[in-house]
Amino acid sequence: MSATAGRLGLGGRKPAVTERARSERRLGWMLCAPAVIAMLLVTAYPIVYAIVLSLQNLDLRFPNDTSWAGLTNYKTVLTSSLWWQDVWNTVFITVVSVAVELTLGMIIALVMYRALFGRGLVRTSVLIPYGIITVVAAFAWQFAFAPDTGFVNPALGIDKAWFGGHWSAMAVIIMAEVWKTTPFMALLLLAGMTTIDEGLYEAAKVDGANAWQRFFRITLPLMKPAILVALLFRTLDAFRIFDNIFIMTRGAQNTESVSILGYNQIISRTNLGLGSAVSVLIFVMVLLIAFVFIRAFGVRLAEGRPGT
Amino acid sequence: MRRGTREYALWSILILVVLVFALIPIVWIASLSLKTPESVTDGRFIPAHWTFDNYKVLFQGGFDNSPFIHPLINSIAIGLIATTIAIVLAAFAAYAIARLNFPGKAVILGGALALAIFPAISVIGPLFDMWRSIGLYDTYLGLIIPYLTFSLPLAIYVLVAFYREIPWDLEQAAQVDGATPLQAFTKVILPLAAPGTFTAAILVFIFCWNDFLFAITLTSSNNARTVPAALAFFTGESQFTAPTGNIAAAAIIVTVPIIIFVLFFQRRIVAGLTSGAVKG
Repeated sequence: MSATAGRLGLGGRKPAVTERARSERRLGWMLCAPAVIAMLLVTAYPIVYAIVLSLQNLDLRFPNDTSWAGLTNYKTVLTSSLWWQDVWNTVFITVVSVAVELTLGMIIALVMYRALFGRGLVRTSVLIPYGIITVVAAFAWQFAFAPDTGFVNPALGIDKAWFGGHWSAMAVIIMAEVWKTTPFMALLLLAGMTTIDEGLYEAAKVDGANAWQRFFRITLPLMKPAILVALLFRTLDAFRIFDNIFIMTRGAQNTESVSILGYNQIISRTNLGLGSAVSVLIFVMVLLIAFVFIRAFGVRLAEGRPGT
Repeated sequence: MRRGTREYALWSILILVVLVFALIPIVWIASLSLKTPESVTDGRFIPAHWTFDNYKVLFQGGFDNSPFIHPLINSIAIGLIATTIAIVLAAFAAYAIARLNFPGKAVILGGALALAIFPAISVIGPLFDMWRSIGLYDTYLGLIIPYLTFSLPLAIYVLVAFYREIPWDLEQAAQVDGATPLQAFTKVILPLAAPGTFTAAILVFIFCWNDFLFAITLTSSNNARTVPAALAFFTGESQFTAPTGNIAAAAIIVTVPIIIFVLFFQRRIVAGLTSGAVKG
């Protein structure tokens, strides 16, 4: 306290909290309380509850056989090949779709920023994927690639069972994910792009820099904070992939993600103990990814924003 | 001049590609919804024979027997209720954060941000178990609670960004000019705060409207099942007909109004989606 006062140059005298400041503080807390309680109620409490569940043998089909299991559920999950296959699938989908989104998003952002015309048209069309329910888009792509209803095979003049093989199914899933979320990436990148001082480009032009040099030497470095924030949110969002896989393959052909695995254990098999262990492990992995972004890339979260 | 033409052509192609890519799924699903059952597997992008039967079937049987009417009402009602509560709670918090000085502000904003990256699948098990034991499973409230919680971070961030831009001094100025506190609020502050609040409401509603994970895990019947979950359980009219046309028709009904809405308010939505993305 005295350090604060000293820094404020108040001659070591502790500043009295005025009645007005105190009531402002009280009002602030009162106004925030409902939102804070609502947020904690459905996240903090259930995650603790999930940890408790994960330490039990708890299968809703045999509720009388419930017992403490210690870490056996975790051992079961971590030694199963299905879990590691799903982790690999999830990581693969996340890395590929976020990389493609970043590239496409950057191109679309540049079009919106630099286009001589049609800027409004691009923005309008980019918002369409945002407005469509993920499940609806997943059905649209599934019907498009399905050998019986689809137009993709006739258009390409081939006869391919897209959902019959691992890699082709993964490709369609990733494409659907990219289609749905690139607009968000593009808009975030555009917001970062518009903060760059136009004068820098003019100066670079005068000095003889070409368009590529201007992009790689000015645009990219100055957009680094915006890019990293967009990457962090999209990475964690893609890591939770569920809707597209559930609709298109239900995890067939080895396309299962960790979220699908958690759903299958908890809801389909009603094995709350094992399913909760999967849930807690997913939670830990999300924390790890966030930690890596913040530590390794120095993402300043204060500049960030919640995703959609 | 030649350079100008080439640049013009390049931009045209780029814009065209973006446009086609964005529109393909929606045009395709509209096309499927208009195809007859016999032609649904013809693989044509544009239907050869048009019919509205797929739409009619959705509404056959009225409220009790239609596979679609009840989920549609659920989606609208749950979305509106969750949005209203979330916006009220977020507006209180955002007003306090944007305007008042109190310790813990940064912690609340940080916590909201942490919640935004929280994996919903991690609380599915506990919520499934809790809702079943306290009777919230397969009810409106059982979906409204997680929706409002998970949309609060988005709502708070968007509202704080908008509320920080409001010239709050105008309120005092109006009072100096003889307005009562209530008049100062309703005539000066409310019109300034309304556009941002409305934008946040659109984003929250789209979030609820889009959700699938909570909708399939916390419901078991049409009592509370929303459209995305109901679509996953659609069956054909008989066991020999695939529900492709019906799913497509239902998809169009829940998509077109949202798209029109999004396009109509596109400037605000873009501002809302990117608010706080840049420092300032």
